[in-house]
Amino acid sequence: MSPHLSVWRWHITMASSIANRATGVALYVGALIGAAWAVALASGPDAYAGFKGLLGSPLGLLVMFGLTVSFFYHLANGIRHLVWDAGYGFELKTANAASVFVFAFTAVASIVIWVIAAMTGAI
Amino acid sequence: MVSYRTPLSRARGLGAAKHGVSAWIGERVAAIALVPLTLWLVFAVLRLAAGDYAFAVHWIGQPLNAVLMVLLLAISFMHMAGGLRVVIEDYIHVALTKSALLILNLFVCGLAGALSIFSILKVAFGGGAY
Repeated sequence: MSPHLSVWRWHITMASSIANRATGVALYVGALIGAAWAVALASGPDAYAGFKGLLGSPLGLLVMFGLTVSFFYHLANGIRHLVWDAGYGFELKTANAASVFVFAFTAVASIVIWVIAAMTGAI
Repeated sequence: MVSYRTPLSRARGLGAAKHGVSAWIGERVAAIALVPLTLWLVFAVLRLAAGDYAFAVHWIGQPLNAVLMVLLLAISFMHMAGGLRVVIEDYIHVALTKSALLILNLFVCGLAGALSIFSILKVAFGGGAY
């Protein structure tokens, strides 16, 4: 069972498991922001400009960067979960290596997307 | 309190619910669908962030964009409702608090999902408000 955080020795596979939940909850908030985007769009130009101004503010950009990290983590680790569900990747070495890969992929993909965003005028 | 239930009636209905497999598979199928849809969303957000209101209205007016956005929203809110449900069930053990949070989770996902999908369809069909 998941809740026994205090009785296990910390390990990278444990950290990557908890991070999957944490990023999932973060993306929950992100999806509500996405819903707010759709409602703002349907409400007209003023509401849409206000929404974009909010997301373009320093705090908004920080939230968006956090969501980018959460998204790439949850994507990569979610695919890892699907591989587990298919019955593969449970060997200790494989599980450890996959954890490292997921963290590394998250860092690289997040930076790449923000560089692209800066180059294409998205931020 | 005296119970009039027979031992057989108490035993009936215990054990496996017999319908967990479809829920389990459904969660995975939704997750698989979200892989291409969310990768498309990254591309979409980059374009929408660079554009203004008129561009967003035009963009949602494209049938492919509108349909993919509606599918993404519907499947995401299902995935979220199921995901946070498991988190609540794992960490909250007080029956009333747990029930209240499970219902709140479902209602929030249902409301946000319905609001956002209606909004997308309104803009896609109506062309926005100028």
